[in-house]
Amino acid sequence: MNFVIPGKVKTLSYILMAIGVIALIWGYIQGGGEGGDHHQRWWSNMVVDGFFFLAIGLGAMFFYALQYAAEVGWSSQIKRLFEAMFSYVPVGLVLMMIIVIAGQFGIHHSWHWMDSSVYEQGTDTYDAIIANKKPYFGWFFWVRQVAYLAVFIFFARFFRKQSLLEDQVGGTEIHYKLFRRGALFLVFFAVFSSTMAWDWLMSIDTHWFSTMYGWYVFSGMWVTCMIFATLLTLWLRHKGHLPHINDSHVHDLTKWMFAISMLWSYLWFCQFMLIWYSNIPEEVQYFTTRFFGEHGGSSPYLVPFMLMFFINFALPFYMLIARDAKRNPTFIIGVGIIIFISHFVDVYLLVIPGTIHMHDFHGFQWWEWGTFAGFFGLFLMFTMRALSKAPLVPVNHPFLDESKHHQI
Amino acid sequence: MYDDEGKLLAAAEKLVGQGIRVKDVFSPFPIHGLDPVIGVKRTRLAICSFMYATGGTILALLGMWYFMIYDWPMNIGGKPSFSLIENLPAFVPVTFEFSVFCGAHGMAITYLIRNKTLPGMPACNPDPRTTDDKFVLEIASSQNHGHDVDALEAALKDTDIMELSIKELA
Repeated sequence: MNFVIPGKVKTLSYILMAIGVIALIWGYIQGGGEGGDHHQRWWSNMVVDGFFFLAIGLGAMFFYALQYAAEVGWSSQIKRLFEAMFSYVPVGLVLMMIIVIAGQFGIHHSWHWMDSSVYEQGTDTYDAIIANKKPYFGWFFWVRQVAYLAVFIFFARFFRKQSLLEDQVGGTEIHYKLFRRGALFLVFFAVFSSTMAWDWLMSIDTHWFSTMYGWYVFSGMWVTCMIFATLLTLWLRHKGHLPHINDSHVHDLTKWMFAISMLWSYLWFCQFMLIWYSNIPEEVQYFTTRFFGEHGGSSPYLVPFMLMFFINFALPFYMLIARDAKRNPTFIIGVGIIIFISHFVDVYLLVIPGTIHMHDFHGFQWWEWGTFAGFFGLFLMFTMRALSKAPLVPVNHPFLDESKHHQI
Repeated sequence: MYDDEGKLLAAAEKLVGQGIRVKDVFSPFPIHGLDPVIGVKRTRLAICSFMYATGGTILALLGMWYFMIYDWPMNIGGKPSFSLIENLPAFVPVTFEFSVFCGAHGMAITYLIRNKTLPGMPACNPDPRTTDDKFVLEIASSQNHGHDVDALEAALKDTDIMELSIKELA
């Protein structure tokens, strides 16, 4: 009855992780040569990958809670997939904490505000703008980190445990409990999704701020999660593990992929256009780093930055707008894989231009893709392991029958 | 005429199974799963909507190029005023809104024309009760040459029917 991880997938996840380890070792040895600042490039990649894959898990938790809070029926058959995806959340959070703590101890310099010298008035390194933000970055920062750990790990375990308990006892009591807790989780997530984006990503460009940023990062994590969930559903259906998943379920999942891609594009453009239009020096510096080189000319980030925007917007828009395309696995897999990678480039460009000084940036490195592969292998392994531990389709979900007859 | 959409759906399946062509169904609300049974093709309204919206995009860009760039260049906040492409971000919101406007209105008007339900058009509903709680299944003998009227009547009576009316149409 339970899903057994195919040997090939297991091997694949180990190979990916091995590639990741090799890439990380290579990157660490070689990373010092690049401007030499405490293996900065290596740690920046840890931030990129650590956040990107944690974000998929958090997106899954959000979507899971949303399905309960909105009393959604059709997705009840695939809720185990989301549970599997957020089984990575505790690991991802711990990794992220290690990176943050390493930054605090000065092992890397991804977050400029962690350097205590910027707060000392009268010195050369004093930075009035950052010093004014001290109440937010001081001990309060660590309170937030602890809160993320506590809240996300608690809810991830709670959701999973209750869901497995429901398989045993049935009834509607657990469903209503999850409904209430799901709604409560959304309240926490509404605040934390923004503060996480500020703490881990926006604060890299410490002087800069954008009110659109939290939503922008959130929509990115949501769409990546929906892509992964859709591809996972298609794969499991292809393997015959989800006999009652019909084209309508796939259509709905792809609709999410499509819709959230549009939300992401909308937020990207809103952020860009308002800053472009008002043209205030303290705001435009985020985009000037990505657009223009130090000594005139265009920056090395310009092409990937614009390309990933057009891919993430135009590709799903034109390829997935038609009803038939949303039901055609070839289209979905093709578009899905491309925009999944493209959203990784998005996260890469949220971090790297801020953590690496432009004169230290010497193009993209192959080991950075190796790191991506390694983290992906880790994520895949946790997802597959959680999938194999419980029945793939929940047994006693009250909406199960509705989901089996889903038709649109 | 039927008093339940489930009965109508079952009847339609039965009749189509006997090779009878159903002309149309009148119902106060959409009946799930009926379209493939009575052979209604998928709507092409979405394609129309896409074309209207694309038309809107082109029209909006053309309009703004003419008003703001070509005819009388506007200097707003020092933004580049002699080039459409450099000033494009400022034009995107209007283009977006106009595309949605054209898509939505075009789609609604096409829908009303295609259904012959523009305001003031005479209703072609066979029985006003279908706008309340009854369901009508219409069969035309002219579309069913393989069955004579008596056979059609017998087939209809064989279903869970509430009321049957036979009309001679000119």
